[in-house]
Amino acid sequence: MAKKESTISNMVLTLFIVTLVSGASLGFIYEVTKGPIEKAMRTKKNMAIKKVLPDFTNSPVENANSAYMDGDTLYVYKAMENTDTVGLAIETFTPDGFSGMIKLMVGFLPDGTIYDIAVLQHKETPGLGDKMATLDFRKQFQGQHPNTFNLQVKKDGGDVDAITASTITSRAFCDAVQRAYEQYKKEQTHEPAN
Amino acid sequence: MNQRTNFTKGFFKENPVFVLFLGLCPTLGTTTSAINGLGMGLATAFVLIMSNIVVSLTGSLIPGKVRIPSFIVIIASFVTIVDLLMKAYTNTPGPQGEPSLYDQLGLFIPLIVVNCLVLGRAEAYASKNKFMSSLIDGLGMGLGFTMALTMLGAVREILGSGSIFNYKFIEGDGILIFVLAPGAFIALGYLIVIINKLTKKA
Repeated sequence: MAKKESTISNMVLTLFIVTLVSGASLGFIYEVTKGPIEKAMRTKKNMAIKKVLPDFTNSPVENANSAYMDGDTLYVYKAMENTDTVGLAIETFTPDGFSGMIKLMVGFLPDGTIYDIAVLQHKETPGLGDKMATLDFRKQFQGQHPNTFNLQVKKDGGDVDAITASTITSRAFCDAVQRAYEQYKKEQTHEPAN
Repeated sequence: MNQRTNFTKGFFKENPVFVLFLGLCPTLGTTTSAINGLGMGLATAFVLIMSNIVVSLTGSLIPGKVRIPSFIVIIASFVTIVDLLMKAYTNTPGPQGEPSLYDQLGLFIPLIVVNCLVLGRAEAYASKNKFMSSLIDGLGMGLGFTMALTMLGAVREILGSGSIFNYKFIEGDGILIFVLAPGAFIALGYLIVIINKLTKKA
């Protein structure tokens, strides 16, 4: 097969066609996957909210509130069963993880007790810090009220059993839950009726 | 070389990981479990096959001096397509809330662009060969890469977490270091020794 000459017009034309075709095909794939990507994101959020709260009937993802705190945004999802509030799911974060940002979803029942916690995003060490997502670690938060349950690891004088060899991750986890609770308290003062 | 050996060379004789040592960054970075290795391997294989096909078809139309930029644009397009597809269809968390495949591999998918295996095959093979041979070369190399990553992931998962394909057969933890970065080097080193020993004899 004879190679095409590397004349300037040949090269410009070739690069133009190559980029044009790839640009067009990327645009097409983007349009095709846009819907499914959004749906996957929503399902992911919904699954996390379902995990941290008892059964609800509305779709909390549709009407979320956001709040700015400590340099990032928290999201508050309100779960209802018909007209009763089932609880608040708060998407919280901490910048203090062993490898940066950790995002959690914390579910609060209307009386302020923690129902469950789910890990949304993290970069912690596999086999060490990522154990924070396991039930063994999460269990100790379930049914606790942050007023009576000190959200600090035992080493720092709190009530939380840290993960072995992952004190930094455990501290960060508590920090994120504490931040969610601060937001929860704010939500309560905004709407005293709830 | 007939098409049969062309296909099988990717598995042992010219395995990209064990023999050619191409694309080691994702190899070491993503293989914390067998399923991750398989996912990363298949994503790379897809890009490799598609870019081999396109490069072999267009190779003679592209002037020599702009061949590398053209190949990179072609490869980058397929990588972005894989990224978008995986974001859309492999983004559901597991039943116990394990991060989805996309979340675990997310960072490494865009890096397939700079995987020298893909550009290497486009430049060294596909641009000089016909469509069928390039397709088979891409298939063999891609599946060989997938096999290597899955093997490495399986070894690290068995030793490091006491499970295989997320099926746990030992209670508690394994030898933690195999899940961490140093374990990737150790496991890969021993796998290369074993593979070379076996293939040299045969």
